[in-house]
Amino acid sequence: MERTDAELIAAVLKGDAASFEPLVQKYSPRIFATARRYARRESEVEDIVQTIWLKAFEKLESFRGEAPFEHWLMRLAVRTCFDGLRVHQRNRETTFSELSEPEQDWLDRFVSQPDAAGENAEAASQLVARVLEQLSPSARMVITLQEIEERSVKEIAALTGWSVPLVKVRAFRARAEMRKVLSRIAKEKYL
Amino acid sequence: MNLAQLERKLIAAARANPPSSRVPYAFEKRIMAQLAARPALDDWALWGRALWRAAAPCVAIMLLLGAWSLFDLQGSTPTNDLSQQLEQTLLASVDQDQPADSAW
Repeated sequence: MERTDAELIAAVLKGDAASFEPLVQKYSPRIFATARRYARRESEVEDIVQTIWLKAFEKLESFRGEAPFEHWLMRLAVRTCFDGLRVHQRNRETTFSELSEPEQDWLDRFVSQPDAAGENAEAASQLVARVLEQLSPSARMVITLQEIEERSVKEIAALTGWSVPLVKVRAFRARAEMRKVLSRIAKEKYL
Repeated sequence: MNLAQLERKLIAAARANPPSSRVPYAFEKRIMAQLAARPALDDWALWGRALWRAAAPCVAIMLLLGAWSLFDLQGSTPTNDLSQQLEQTLLASVDQDQPADSAW
């Protein structure tokens, strides 16, 4: 019979480290999907996920079992991703002259016929990743959680550990930052 | 270029293409190997870690008490001076031994 999360966690806390493996197996897909929102290179994603799991093992004692383990783990994951963004923020300043051919084509199509530029195109998601890379860590975090994952302010506050007013302020600034980046694209490419 | 529309399109594109949740082969084995390779903490290491954690609050308490005693001394009257109190205490027995009329 498959053991529940609570049973596995209790076993790990009693010293049976092997009981941690089913938890890693069960929740790794979710953690990888989250980490891939904040890092592009696969080696970087793996490093982030590894850090999340090692932290989870270290801090497992602080899990009180009041909420599902998945919620606790996601909070840890989001905060670790934010730390990762802050570490790598120095490398984010690039110009839009380096757009790939499909990205450039998509953008050209959008300029000539906005409705013809499809949202399902791979080029569009690559372009959005490139735009997100230009944002500050907090702006990127808020745009990802609020606009892309469609989470509420309260949920974002719980995930990030920020207060609700702080999330609102950061969301406002993030949208302004995003518009600034988009206007830079327009200036570099079409003016 | 309509920037608001571009923003909406890009956000919609990101929603339509969620990142993959693919896990590399035997990733959990890698994590477990990492955990097994970590040095086990003995009692002395735990004790040392606890001492280091306690150091900062202890320093803070020491500074607070130091500041409190300093301000308390500055605010007190000169008669409460420690040197005077010491002198009174030392000479108390001599004062008591002297008869009241010996001063005459």
